[in-house]
Amino acid sequence: MLRTRLIPALLLRDESLVKTERFGRFRYIGDPCNTVRIFNELEVDELAFLDITATREGRRPNFRLLQDIASECFMPLSYGGGLRTLENAQQVFEIGFEKVIVNSQATERPELITEIAEIYGTQAVVASIDVKRNWLGGMRVFSHDGRRRHDLDPVEWACELERRGAGEILLTAIDREGTWSGFDIDLICGVAEAVSIPVIAHGGAGSHADITAAVRDGGASAVALGAMVVYQKRGMGVLVNFPTEAEQRAMGLQPESAVLDSRG
Amino acid sequence: MTPILIIDYGMGNIGSLRNMFRRIGVATDVCADPDSVARAKKLLLPGVGAFDAAMARINATGLGEVIRRRAMSDHVPTLGVCLGMQLLTDGSDEGALPGLGLIPARARRFPRETGLKVPHMGWNLVEKTNPSSLTTSLSDDARFYFVHSYYVEVADQRDSILEARYGVRFDAAIQNGNIFGAQFHPEKSHRFGLAFLKAFADLPC
Repeated sequence: MLRTRLIPALLLRDESLVKTERFGRFRYIGDPCNTVRIFNELEVDELAFLDITATREGRRPNFRLLQDIASECFMPLSYGGGLRTLENAQQVFEIGFEKVIVNSQATERPELITEIAEIYGTQAVVASIDVKRNWLGGMRVFSHDGRRRHDLDPVEWACELERRGAGEILLTAIDREGTWSGFDIDLICGVAEAVSIPVIAHGGAGSHADITAAVRDGGASAVALGAMVVYQKRGMGVLVNFPTEAEQRAMGLQPESAVLDSRG
Repeated sequence: MTPILIIDYGMGNIGSLRNMFRRIGVATDVCADPDSVARAKKLLLPGVGAFDAAMARINATGLGEVIRRRAMSDHVPTLGVCLGMQLLTDGSDEGALPGLGLIPARARRFPRETGLKVPHMGWNLVEKTNPSSLTTSLSDDARFYFVHSYYVEVADQRDSILEARYGVRFDAAIQNGNIFGAQFHPEKSHRFGLAFLKAFADLPC
């Protein structure tokens, strides 16, 4: 029985880890490699790194930093930020990352998704969709770190990206990000029901109950955590943490054991 | 301890494997030529990607023949990881080329059932089937990271050492004498992967 993945989504800005709120107001969290070592010890399922200024600054990924990160990690790694070409993706895979996360470039040249998937497999490509709601509650896709609005509905866009070869969708509610106010369940539900690939819910986790809701009510296959795993509590200082195995079972996310599961 | 030769045929997460072996203090060599494989005392066959693409490369470079000889005639401990494990079998539904045929088995595609997302991607629990030196130290809560669309079923149940469940029951790790296979990525499976690879490194050769 597959475990529900809980994935710390770590935001990179230059050489540091930061945390933002609604894609703005960033706060310094720490050195990426030190943080990675802690997550390694906490035995997290998977790590995702998002370079939030790469696209805006028009620069390539910081490969040297990614190399340092990869040499510390013994769990699956994904990277997103400033990936514009197949060569960029190739370099990321060669460093030892399992997946690349494509966001802005997909809105400019969605063929990139297909190109990467054809060589590395669909499971190596995560299509990242950032969504904002307008005052009427209508949802639209944004890119370029939330600065560019597209006349695209997230559900339609997710279907299109699946068709192009994405193996997963990283779905981020910009309005919820860093707010600890809970996930946008309707958004998650809408996308998860429309695609057959896993949806990773991102943006808004504030409690274990929120995580359970994203999976049970939203239909998410995995949950990306930001503020919850880098802050001690809402409004408090930096403390790298992760739900324990027992806590994950209590959330109803993980089976007890292979034996029980095959009988149950 | 003898260095493990990781066979580089151009498809596989070699960097991560080397990192993990380095963490447990085991030396590794990475080579692509049949002569190096012919001299190595322990072999690791990695693999990420498509079956036929891999077999075509392995056959074209003469690696297929020497791997077969070293594993079957010379009894060199050999471990196939992920696609590498599938290459040890007779063949896969994914491709038309035959596998190395080192362990009687076949790779099949996960069924297209409603609700079952393919590939099987994520952490899953495993259950010991038959005893093996690679799995003796594995705890009951052992879990590993899997990414695959095709699963292996051995022809002889005695060749199964770990099983897992994802829609269907499949063999997560297999063994026939000195030849081993792991469907999961030990290099991405924390202490469970570390223990597994350490056990392989500790095998006498």
